[in-house]
Amino acid sequence: MSRNAGIASRLKRNKITEVVASGKRMDGRDLLDFREIQVKTGVLEKVEGSAEAYLGKTRVLVGVKFGKGYPFDDTPDKGVLMTNAEFTPIAHATFEPGPPDERSIELARVVDRGLRSAEILDMKKLCLVKGKSVIMVHVDIYVLSYDGNLIDCSALAAIAALKTAKMPVYTVKDDNVKLTKKTKAVKIRKEPLAVSIQKIGSVGFTRDELKTAVQIAAEKVEELRKNV
Amino acid sequence: MSKKKSTKTKKRYDGRKPDELRPLKIESGVLPHADGSAYIEMGRNKILVGVFGPREMHPKRFSKPNMATLRCRYHMAPFSVDPRRSPAPSRRDNEISMVIRYALEPAVFLERYPRSVIDVYAEILEADGGTRTACINAASVALVDAGIPVRDLVASCAAGKIDGQLVLDLGDYEDKEGDADVPLAYMPKTEHVTLLQMDGILSQDEFNGCIDMAIEGCKQIYEVQREALKKKYGLDEGEAN
Repeated sequence: MSRNAGIASRLKRNKITEVVASGKRMDGRDLLDFREIQVKTGVLEKVEGSAEAYLGKTRVLVGVKFGKGYPFDDTPDKGVLMTNAEFTPIAHATFEPGPPDERSIELARVVDRGLRSAEILDMKKLCLVKGKSVIMVHVDIYVLSYDGNLIDCSALAAIAALKTAKMPVYTVKDDNVKLTKKTKAVKIRKEPLAVSIQKIGSVGFTRDELKTAVQIAAEKVEELRKNV
Repeated sequence: MSKKKSTKTKKRYDGRKPDELRPLKIESGVLPHADGSAYIEMGRNKILVGVFGPREMHPKRFSKPNMATLRCRYHMAPFSVDPRRSPAPSRRDNEISMVIRYALEPAVFLERYPRSVIDVYAEILEADGGTRTACINAASVALVDAGIPVRDLVASCAAGKIDGQLVLDLGDYEDKEGDADVPLAYMPKTEHVTLLQMDGILSQDEFNGCIDMAIEGCKQIYEVQREALKKKYGLDEGEAN
């Protein structure tokens, strides 16, 4: 996943393959076991929604913020959902500060695709004045510790944060949008989560293996779902 | 005389006494991949600091032949403030990164690690006024947690003036509405001030009052920093002296 963080010596690589072939993992897990999953919601006070997800030593914080903005030209009656990911340099010794690189862009886009494709929010309900004013939803993924599998961890944290978020209520009168002091729960229509499956020992999936992987993911996702 | 006293005991917007710190919590060794780390909650500030190094510096030409380079980065999460901010570093962030380095440099025995770099990364998860002082407090604990030799822990807090009254450890509201703000960093053992900044207007007497107040605040923070490190290394009272 990352340039240097994923490098393992040939000796270790052989050992990993050997252990996996025997049906176990280096840390004693079975092949289809998650590491310890933990989700904390409402970890921040100033944001509308927040959640921290742990997958073993991987730790991701997601903050959800709402704002008022302009709709895109091609969807004048829909709100805007934006997902952004930051790899903080405290997450791993090989992570460096700087503008988002391809890895953080990939992470944000993969999580975003999950949220968007599942149509978790009714975007039309986020429209305030058609073509002029809509509610923006910012989902910010903040990687605090990297120990593999950021996608599953981030998607989990994102859903947990959105589910517990309280969005501001606006009133519209003759195209004038006013922010009220009231908040309401965000209506989440679906809860898309991610499960990554890795094949160790040889390169590439065959057609049957691919189907098996999808089946495994469909079963394993329930384990994640218990946490949100 | 009694009238003067009544203004002195005026409560602050959050109910604190003028010379009272916000609730403070420091934990060390919180990040599995950092050489040293600390988490601080100072009021509603929530900050994680990770220290990496001493390690080889890239690009190499920036390294110093006789000592280590200390690099600090102050970075705010997009959701740490209201409204959401861009994750790109601002001019303010760059300045604060620099003053954090200035505040910490005098404490670290940099000459022990020539040609190498020590990276201090501070991530602001939630901001509530006085983030730079909170960063210095956590960074100092994280440096020690990384096993880097220091002359002393650096403790930091601000004093200022609001509604004509001198106050310690300004919160976000007091920071913005107040008349003056004096962040200060201090090494209690050597009694050296390593950072002093000021915003606003103060008379000379008020300024001196702020310094005294901030130093007393730093001494209280210092004890919490020490406790955080003792707890991490399982030391009892007195052993860490």
